Amino acid sequence: MIEKVLKGSPAFYIWLLFLGSIAGLGVFAYIFQLQYGLTITGMSRDVSWGLYISQFTYFVGVAASAVMLVLPAYFHHYKKFKKMIILGEFMAISAVLMCMLFIVTDMGQPQRMLNVILHPTPNSIMFYDMMVLMGYLFINALVGWVTLEAERHDVDPPKWIKFFIYLSVVWAFSIHTVTAFLYAGLPGRHYWLTAIMAARFLSSAFASGPAILLLLVMALRRLTGFDPGREAIQTLTKIITYAMAINVFFFLLEVFTAFYSGMPGHQHPLTFLFVGHDGHASWVVGWMWTAAVLAILSLCLLIPPQFRDNERVLPWALGILVIASWIDKGLGLLIGGFTPNPFETVTEYAPTFPEILVTVGVYAIGLMVLSVLWKIALDVKKEAGTF
Amino acid sequence: MSTTRRQFLKIAGLAAFGLGTSSALDAAEAVAKDMPGAKYDVGGKHLAAKRWAMVIDTRKLESREDYDRIIHACHSVHNVPSIPTKQEIKWIWTDKYDRVFTDDMSQHLSPAVREKDYLLLCNHCENPPCVRVCPTKATFKRADGIVVMDYHRCIGCRFCMAGCPYGARSFNFGDPRPYLKDVNPAFPTRMRGVVEKCTFCSERLEVGLLPACVEASNGAILFGDLDDPNSPVRKALAENFSIRRKPSIGTQPGVYYIV
Repeated sequence: MIEKVLKGSPAFYIWLLFLGSIAGLGVFAYIFQLQYGLTITGMSRDVSWGLYISQFTYFVGVAASAVMLVLPAYFHHYKKFKKMIILGEFMAISAVLMCMLFIVTDMGQPQRMLNVILHPTPNSIMFYDMMVLMGYLFINALVGWVTLEAERHDVDPPKWIKFFIYLSVVWAFSIHTVTAFLYAGLPGRHYWLTAIMAARFLSSAFASGPAILLLLVMALRRLTGFDPGREAIQTLTKIITYAMAINVFFFLLEVFTAFYSGMPGHQHPLTFLFVGHDGHASWVVGWMWTAAVLAILSLCLLIPPQFRDNERVLPWALGILVIASWIDKGLGLLIGGFTPNPFETVTEYAPTFPEILVTVGVYAIGLMVLSVLWKIALDVKKEAGTF
Repeated sequence: MSTTRRQFLKIAGLAAFGLGTSSALDAAEAVAKDMPGAKYDVGGKHLAAKRWAMVIDTRKLESREDYDRIIHACHSVHNVPSIPTKQEIKWIWTDKYDRVFTDDMSQHLSPAVREKDYLLLCNHCENPPCVRVCPTKATFKRADGIVVMDYHRCIGCRFCMAGCPYGARSFNFGDPRPYLKDVNPAFPTRMRGVVEKCTFCSERLEVGLLPACVEASNGAILFGDLDDPNSPVRKALAENFSIRRKPSIGTQPGVYYIV
């Protein structure tokens, strides 16, 4: 099926070339980083993780969100999703690849990364994170490829693949739970030390991941005419709406616990993010309020059926939902965890230009992989008459 | 009959082979015992303890010179660079009471206590979160309670820095060597991309020396075995009121402060 990549329109190759050149810029910035070290980033002794790890976290969620198509389709036999499912699985592949790239770009000694396997350390959550991510990549590649191959030959997928499909459902929950455990088990970080972290991660993932998928699928419909079906879009939008409502609810639970209990340690990160700490207002404050307003706005546009089912409004609602969840999880989560620092003071973090360039480069690589995989899927569908 | 005979011979042969190898192993062991480096020997001079711990008598430390002397003693012997940015490296440093003891025990501390500087360093916790989270065992706790780093195994993921509740760890964001004025050839310098921190001077204990900061403190910092009631640290703790940093999080720090 890989040969489908070789036969494409000029526009497809120009698109790949465009992504490739952005990826090239990222690689250039990364070579710069290899040369000088992570000193070219905005990270510091007190804020020792930054944009790379936060993007890793965000995209684990995007990867896990494929389950929101797989679960209804295979556990509840919701046939309407079957047409779109391969797109979700392939998006998971590119998202996991991006996660891995973000981990590698964040390492101080990337050439030693095999030490995680050579010296396996079961007490470290990072060890499990590596295992579940690699496993998820494998499962999605296998399931995606086998089911697409079956579709191409117009036969039912082999029975044994069912096992991997069910496994992928459990596995999707596990990848984001384990990623949440990276944060939730650290005794000195108030913003992260919360039992609801994994639940928050999953709810925000199941809102933002399918939202990104739907936005991309709508773009695809414009470009190629591939129609996932009106009902499939509406059902997925409902899932997104529930997940986002739960996500906002979970966040408010954090706010209640921190402020009603009156415990300073629990309040400080939240006050830092939304008003500043000790008279020190950071650039993040504006972003966090933007996220809060956009999150509410997205719910206002998604909950009433007349807006939700209006396909002119829907892309806007999904777009602002993605922005809100990205700021919350791709920015606030990391910065709030590290600020105030262990000395209850504020060390500012802002990503530097090379850091942003590397990040955008990884996005471009992810989007390239996604474009190639989706092209294969759509060409196979065209041939098989399931387009 | 012949089969039993064959069986007997088989078993006898195997037994002879087994005996032969076991005696050969014994012989090899005997030879290996005498080979250089066969046994890990730290030498007669090394200092040993069941649980190393430190007591900082803050009453005995007053002037800025006291602190600077101690910090310089540590940083010069361990090739700790002075990097003037947020990406600095420090093994031992000072800060004010509110920053060190963040639990805010008393709102109305005596101004002398609140305004004073306090030394900070790795706490060599009984339950070190950094060791728990390290994915490569590059940081680990020794049997004597000291938490150390293997700079050659560290992949620079900085999970330990997120895990440390005391901000005791530093990362070499860039090459630290240009920031070293005088290199102590007896201690390794680090490369960029690895994490480092105080080692309770494990390398000095091995040759019978007390930690550099203890030596430079003129008796203000005590060092000894927490499991030995007659050790200087236990005696000081028995006679004085002492506190530790962030006791509520269950890490059991090995650094005590007499305030």
